[in-house]
Amino acid sequence: MQLNEFLILSAFLFCTGIYGVLARRNGVLVLMSVELMLNAVNINLIAFSAFTKNISGQVFALFVITIAAAEVGVGLAIVLLIYRNLRSPNLDEIDQLKG
Amino acid sequence: MWEQQVAFWLFAVAMGGAAIGVVRSRNVVHAALFLVVVLAGAAAQYILLAAEFVAWVQVLIYIGAVVILFLFGVMLTRAPMRGEGETLDNDQRWGAIVAALFILGVLVALFVDAFGGKKIHFSNALVSLGRTSSVGQDIFRVFVVPFEIVSMLLLAALVGAVVLARKD
Repeated sequence: MQLNEFLILSAFLFCTGIYGVLARRNGVLVLMSVELMLNAVNINLIAFSAFTKNISGQVFALFVITIAAAEVGVGLAIVLLIYRNLRSPNLDEIDQLKG
Repeated sequence: MWEQQVAFWLFAVAMGGAAIGVVRSRNVVHAALFLVVVLAGAAAQYILLAAEFVAWVQVLIYIGAVVILFLFGVMLTRAPMRGEGETLDNDQRWGAIVAALFILGVLVALFVDAFGGKKIHFSNALVSLGRTSSVGQDIFRVFVVPFEIVSMLLLAALVGAVVLARKD
């Protein structure tokens, strides 16, 4: 199989994630879009691992999965705290630092 | 060979459609379920690439834990669940589409330029490379220090999430 098929699939997922991060205002949905981007990176890592016949890409993907799990835990705690303080999960209402 | 091709395109089309569903759905729970489709498709692609251990970790951690965490987040923040219109999106939609398409174009041009025509050769060597035992050996021989650091990071994230979310 062509290496490019996997790379272009992952580029598409990454750009969908970028669109989600930019266009969503609900905090939980922004975190889901970040997960899309991290998954795109993982597909790239595994594809290159198979392409170069080097197992290190798979280990990197495992590390990325671990970091993603930690990121979701802390991120959801932050969104929960925002919801508790502002009564809304919308990220564009956090403008206390605006002068 | 063509079976892999057919399987790849089936999963890729499902993943692409579900990814658009994640970012366009007007119902947060539907977005989470679309995310499950994307993550399961990614696990299937890992199987196609002979990375069995990563595929099962993907199923266990992402579909088993992360999506459940998302559903808890949806319920605890009382996100709109019955498609209540535009409240989930902000007004940057067109700018976001332009930015995403621009980055997609740059990435695809780069990939075609750098890796056009390169093929992944599937062989028994690739399958035995992706075995769980070789992944474990690589983690505990080459990547021991990063492994320990990641475990400290997980502990810090655990404590941090508890500290952040706890009611004083």
